[in-house]
Amino acid sequence: MSGPRPTFLRLARVSWWESRTTRRKLALYMSAISLGVMALVAIDSYAANVQRTVREQSRALLGGDLSVSSNRAFSAKTDSLFDSLAAQGFGVARVTGFASMALSPRSGGTRFSAVRAVTPNWPLYGEVTTHPPVPLDTLHKGRVALVDTTLLVAINANIGDSIQIGYTHFIVAATLGKVPGEPDIAAAIGPRVIIGTESAAATGLLVFGARVDHDVYVKARTATGDGPALQKIQQRLRDQQLRARTVAQSESRMSESINELSSFLGIVGIVALLLGGIGVASGVHAWVVRKIDIVAVLRCLGATGPQVLLMYSAQAALMGLAGAALGAVLGVGVQFLLPRTIGGFMPVDVRPQLEWLAIAKGMALGLWIALAFALHPLITLRRVSPLQALRRDADPVPIRRGWRDPYRVAVNLLLVGTVLAVAGTRSETWTDTFGVSAGIAAVLGVLIASASALSWVARRTLRAGWPYVMRQGVANLYRPANQTRAVVLSLGFGSFLLSTLYLVQSNLLGDLRRISAESRGNLILFDVQADQVSGVDSIVRASATQLIQRTPIVTMRVSAINGRDVNALQNDSTLRESRWALRREYRSTYRDTLAPAESLETGAWFNANDQRSEVSLEHEIAQELRVKPGDNVTWDVQGVRIETTVTSIRGVNWSRFEPNFFAVFEPSALARAPQTYVFLANSGDERRGAVMQRDVVRRYPNVAIVDLTLIRQTVGEITRRATVAIRFLAIFSLAMGIPVLFSAVAATRRERLREGVLLKTLGATRRQIGRIMFAEYALLGLLGSLTGMLLSFGGAWAVMKFVFEREMTPAYIPALVLAGVTLLLTVTIGFLSGREVFRETAMAALREA
Amino acid sequence: MLIARNLTKEFDSGAHHLTVLRDVTFEIPQGEFIAVVGPSGSGKTTLLGLLAGLDTPTRGQVILDGTDITNLTEDARAKLRGEKVGFVFQTFQLIPTLTALENVQVPLELRGERNAEARARELLGRVGLADRVEHLPMQLSGGEQQRVALARAFANRPRILFADEPTGNLDGTTGERIVALLEELNSESGSTIVLVTHDVSLAERARRLIRLRDGVVVEDRRASGNGSTP
Repeated sequence: MSGPRPTFLRLARVSWWESRTTRRKLALYMSAISLGVMALVAIDSYAANVQRTVREQSRALLGGDLSVSSNRAFSAKTDSLFDSLAAQGFGVARVTGFASMALSPRSGGTRFSAVRAVTPNWPLYGEVTTHPPVPLDTLHKGRVALVDTTLLVAINANIGDSIQIGYTHFIVAATLGKVPGEPDIAAAIGPRVIIGTESAAATGLLVFGARVDHDVYVKARTATGDGPALQKIQQRLRDQQLRARTVAQSESRMSESINELSSFLGIVGIVALLLGGIGVASGVHAWVVRKIDIVAVLRCLGATGPQVLLMYSAQAALMGLAGAALGAVLGVGVQFLLPRTIGGFMPVDVRPQLEWLAIAKGMALGLWIALAFALHPLITLRRVSPLQALRRDADPVPIRRGWRDPYRVAVNLLLVGTVLAVAGTRSETWTDTFGVSAGIAAVLGVLIASASALSWVARRTLRAGWPYVMRQGVANLYRPANQTRAVVLSLGFGSFLLSTLYLVQSNLLGDLRRISAESRGNLILFDVQADQVSGVDSIVRASATQLIQRTPIVTMRVSAINGRDVNALQNDSTLRESRWALRREYRSTYRDTLAPAESLETGAWFNANDQRSEVSLEHEIAQELRVKPGDNVTWDVQGVRIETTVTSIRGVNWSRFEPNFFAVFEPSALARAPQTYVFLANSGDERRGAVMQRDVVRRYPNVAIVDLTLIRQTVGEITRRATVAIRFLAIFSLAMGIPVLFSAVAATRRERLREGVLLKTLGATRRQIGRIMFAEYALLGLLGSLTGMLLSFGGAWAVMKFVFEREMTPAYIPALVLAGVTLLLTVTIGFLSGREVFRETAMAALREA
Repeated sequence: MLIARNLTKEFDSGAHHLTVLRDVTFEIPQGEFIAVVGPSGSGKTTLLGLLAGLDTPTRGQVILDGTDITNLTEDARAKLRGEKVGFVFQTFQLIPTLTALENVQVPLELRGERNAEARARELLGRVGLADRVEHLPMQLSGGEQQRVALARAFANRPRILFADEPTGNLDGTTGERIVALLEELNSESGSTIVLVTHDVSLAERARRLIRLRDGVVVEDRRASGNGSTP
């Protein structure tokens, strides 16, 4: 039996000839992975574009080679450090940020705005664009402001008009376009007003109790970055308890965030790929069934099992490559469209360009998944008996599936390994990898079990008394070569994904609606000074606005915990994670009752007879500070040390639109401390609210007012943009389910066709055949969509809990509607794939079948 | 060339036990043209499958050109077929997606032979289809398809050729031409031919006739035909 052996190329040649008429069909099945590849290529390419842009524009993004920020004014020591840096040739720019109401004296319109007072050399990197273009030094030649267009629209003002910021007026010179390091969406959140630093004091807003951010940006002396010198400066600033960040740190933090985001989004792509894999397996199974006769002849002519496997795997690989390439092309298309929908959320201007690595990775993963799933049906071709060529009915089961077949075991292991590896590429930890894999396995397991249960129930419940078409349709669910498992699996998985996505979206939007519904007021007035309380109070009441709550605010910092000084605590390596809580400024209040948004978790509420000064802490900040009831916290209240004992820990519902606090003191502890006030009011209607805001700001320009209606509009605008992306995902999920469902139905199309034609030959009308098909597909669709829907409640719960850390509220009606649509889709696809039964004459179709 | 020794094939179908062939024994020397005849269900096709190594017997032995094929794996039998066996089927069994030329080339390509295309063209010319090489099976008549199948069967110069009702799907005249061609190619190549048929007139053209009934050889005699031995 020795002699020449065929080379791979010769086998490939025979394989190429043989694939001639079925290439298009195989390509169609393999294209089930295209949408998954599209998602991965689009997400990874766009992420790589963003990363590249972040690298290129990292200095503009940070504002300098080093940035320092603080929410209190820099000390004289720090200021002198900055002066010496400027003297040494470093560029030093300062930005002072604070909130203020902007008022148009002409129209009376007001709007809460974010004011930035900048020094003449700001920005150190990048460029600010304005409409019309004006040189930035205009800001330093008088009371001039650059503002966001949204502000002018809100207060009904124009370029050239005067606007009031605090106690002074500015001329609007131009509107802002691009500001380095800031996303366009920033304008929607809080319209920006940029003024010269010389005019900041004139606003009269940098006073006691005001929330002011101080940022200093340092530019290296040389283009290479001045690394060691900047590191020394950073260390000195950190020694002074200041937050200092170098461009490298900012870049790596940004990169990390982008990676995390793209990994998370990539999971959608991975799931799409796996679903596509199931589609490939179903479709290739149908294709394999059509190849049995040819394989039997090849076996007669001397082809060995491995040669047959190699020939058909080569065909599948080629078509898989075509499917992956199609996905990559679509992915690149989506990548180039993405900046239009989500570009506004990015702090950098992302220029899309081809990312070959992302394309190659997406295609390789797609090809791998397509092949791994195609191998599952393909390996059965090795076992086709050559006797089939002699006599078609020689083997009652021409494609034999032995569970102990080593090839099958190897392919099953390959599939498990593939799912794990693929989940691993998108997970940070092994726990996540196994979690995602286990989730996918659980969903598939439940769907397979449901399909088996349906077959079992159909077999048990079928009654002779049922109408014939019903009996025939139901019997199709369990007879040999049934499509129950394939259809339920693909349909259920698609429906699960779609429904999960919808539930998560509706839960997130529902949260926003709840905040509005639960809020007691719609206006919050900040920074009301003690001597302005009665004046503001009377304006509020005069405008028929209901005053709901007046809360005193005292600013403070932690000075010591249980006698240990805060500086010592910050240097304690075991408290590394608590540094933020130890360093921050607390805006606290005092009162003798719990607020409606609060609940007592441990300890007891203030006891009037207790001689100690008591404080109640919010439970997360208590965890950060590692304190519990009974511990002592010393606070630095504007230079005065106040010793307190923690007597309770509170839970706080932060989502309610009203002032909430980390630390609440008993009244006697803070009553004499310097304080400002926050008012919560309910204006009832928009017009009354606008009048009240105008009157308060005219008389007390330092008071800032946050309007819930505006926040709602802002959040609405942000979610509107985000919804475009979410809708895209939903449509995408639905779209990827369709080819998979087609493949699943195609898997048994020949049997259905043959059966339908035989029935026609025996006298069945088209109407009767239609009813049989309807009964079968309606049952399959019902089971698949309902199981998918039920599973989606679990999926949405997991996403809400682990990703968004929120409760999940099931939305039954929309989920049922979705299930109904899926059911309709299944029946439609079933009829579409079986339309030949209707179209063909009995004889013609018999010849084809 | 081919020895069948006590060949028995049994099938179990649930509670039913079926013996299709029982203790079939014979020997076929190299170059002989032998016909296996019998009514439907007598076990002819089963015997052909066992002799060609397409299936394995429940008991007994098949020795093909000195190799006991009953103990070979399925893939080893496939390799043996590729090197020594040719087939002609009643339903032609051409691969529908391949042209006539490619169909004839397949066994040569599977063997890794050089000049596969030239040899295939030569054979198609030999069966009178030189001008139809690029046609797909569906573009050929039944007789033409069977001629392509004959060319394919002789492509790898088989030591033995199995033909299962080769004229069963053809009209009388076309069938006659096919048989003549079969005899011609056989006499040129010196291959052994095992022909399975229920057509008595066709069987009589062989040099030896084996008759089966209910899985048992009931007759093994010289026939009147002129099937050649080189």
